[in-house]
Amino acid sequence: MKNRMLYGILLAILILPFAFQNVNFQHVLIMFLIFAGLGESWNIITGFAGQTSFGHAAFFGIGAYTSTVFFYKFSVSPWLGMILGAIFAAVVAAVVSYPCFRLKGHYFAIATLAVAEIIKQLFVSWDYVEGATGISIPVKPDSFWLMQFHKSKIPYFLIAYILFVIALTVAVLIERNKMGYYLKAIRESHEAAEALGINTTRYKLYAMMISSAITALFGSLYAQYILYIDPFMVFGLDISMKIVLLTVLGGIGNVYGPVVGAGILIPLSEYTRAFLGGTGKGIDLMIYGALIVVVACFEPRGILGLFKRSKKRGAQYVKTAA
Amino acid sequence: MSRPLLEVQNLTMKFGNLIANDNVSFFVNEGEIVSLIGPNGAGKTTLFSCISGFYKPFAGKVFFDGKDITGKTTHEITLMGLTRTFQIVKPLKEMTVKENVLTGAFLHAQNKKEAELVAEQVLQMTHLWEKRDMPAGSLTIADKKRLEIAKVLATKPRMIMLDETMAGLNRTEVKEAMELCVALNKSGITLLIVEHVMEAIMPISNRVVVLNAGKKITEGTPEEVTNNEEVIKAYLGERYYAKSRQTNRGI
Repeated sequence: MKNRMLYGILLAILILPFAFQNVNFQHVLIMFLIFAGLGESWNIITGFAGQTSFGHAAFFGIGAYTSTVFFYKFSVSPWLGMILGAIFAAVVAAVVSYPCFRLKGHYFAIATLAVAEIIKQLFVSWDYVEGATGISIPVKPDSFWLMQFHKSKIPYFLIAYILFVIALTVAVLIERNKMGYYLKAIRESHEAAEALGINTTRYKLYAMMISSAITALFGSLYAQYILYIDPFMVFGLDISMKIVLLTVLGGIGNVYGPVVGAGILIPLSEYTRAFLGGTGKGIDLMIYGALIVVVACFEPRGILGLFKRSKKRGAQYVKTAA
Repeated sequence: MSRPLLEVQNLTMKFGNLIANDNVSFFVNEGEIVSLIGPNGAGKTTLFSCISGFYKPFAGKVFFDGKDITGKTTHEITLMGLTRTFQIVKPLKEMTVKENVLTGAFLHAQNKKEAELVAEQVLQMTHLWEKRDMPAGSLTIADKKRLEIAKVLATKPRMIMLDETMAGLNRTEVKEAMELCVALNKSGITLLIVEHVMEAIMPISNRVVVLNAGKKITEGTPEEVTNNEEVIKAYLGERYYAKSRQTNRGI
């Protein structure tokens, strides 16, 4: 039953770009998949393990820069760069978060924010990777090996789709197995988790590494899709915040949450940008901010929490009626 | 005779200038129920935290099953078979009762199926089976305390340290908790119990250790302890003192 719903959603997404062959629509779908996938990976460390990360742009950026720099400087295939980026991101996540895990709650969140900003500044002043100027990825003819497709957006869509399926599968597998239970126990209480024999630091570290590796995969894809990156774009706070907000809006700690959140936010921001142009910049975030305020006030578990609540109320009603 | 299961040697714990545990030594044999009593602030919970690895003791040693566990982390100690519950209950609120127990069961289970079997046994034993699908946060306090025990029971411990599992319960609930303690002990689990509810633990304890102001003042069988003048005055208070005189006269 659970799986059927999952497959249904995946199938529906897969059909969409073929049913509606509008390039703009396909672009929105690609962005949707990227951000839904980012939300899924962020959910692992924050939704499941309860360690709020406001710095996921750091791993997104590392993914984007790794594949791009390796291609730009050494003509290494972005596919290899993507895998390297995931490995780098996992290593950086381990090194950075190990000391940060001594901090609890808000302090951890602030530390992740600071770390992401530090990494951004490092890239801004790093001449070897062109600093603040950013890197334009040299345009090559369509090639699978070079991950460049100019004639159609469908190949990008399929790559994004596969990455999204990977992120979703990892999240679902974690949630349904020992690791998911352990991470949720850590979220509820470190002490209780320890008393149950859970090595809290180790499991948080695993969660952070998995989460950041997946985030980096999307970073590489994003760079290949846009064909230009600079530190402000890929390491920016708005990337971190978008990931956080869309997951919170949809439903934190729930594998469907990021899908719902990204399904609302991404079309909203892409279409307001398209319709309103430069003057409309930020309107999506305003609407979005208002949505978040409403959701946070009425149902902290997000839109999915609202559904659950009404279902429960319905069930109670049925019970009393019977 | 073989070594006791748990051995605490000259344990001292300080918080700044405050000495919470002062040179405390005691032991618990395998299969026993030992109670740790003492007035508020006697250092009972601190002692628990030192034994279970939440605090690193200032001085002294703790041995479990003959192995030095002083300064080990809590999860390592739990893995060795010694675990604890909390005075202030810590249910995994957003998870269901069954998921709570399942989380504990994963420690020694090879796969999820095995863990689910263990969880089912534990839920039956602790009478939480009917409430397995309720969110842990919505349980009554008595059931939350029961869940505390169920969670750690699923880790298949050799010894459990229970921190005030009966505080705040009504008479019936206390009786149920007592029965659970005895059942646990019969199934082969050694218990170290911190408790305030005297009439509940005196009958089920093999031995009682009494702490006051961080120091161990005496230990012995429940009868010995309840008749010890120092204990009666320091801890049980004048009322109990008078009552015990009355019963003595009655005999």
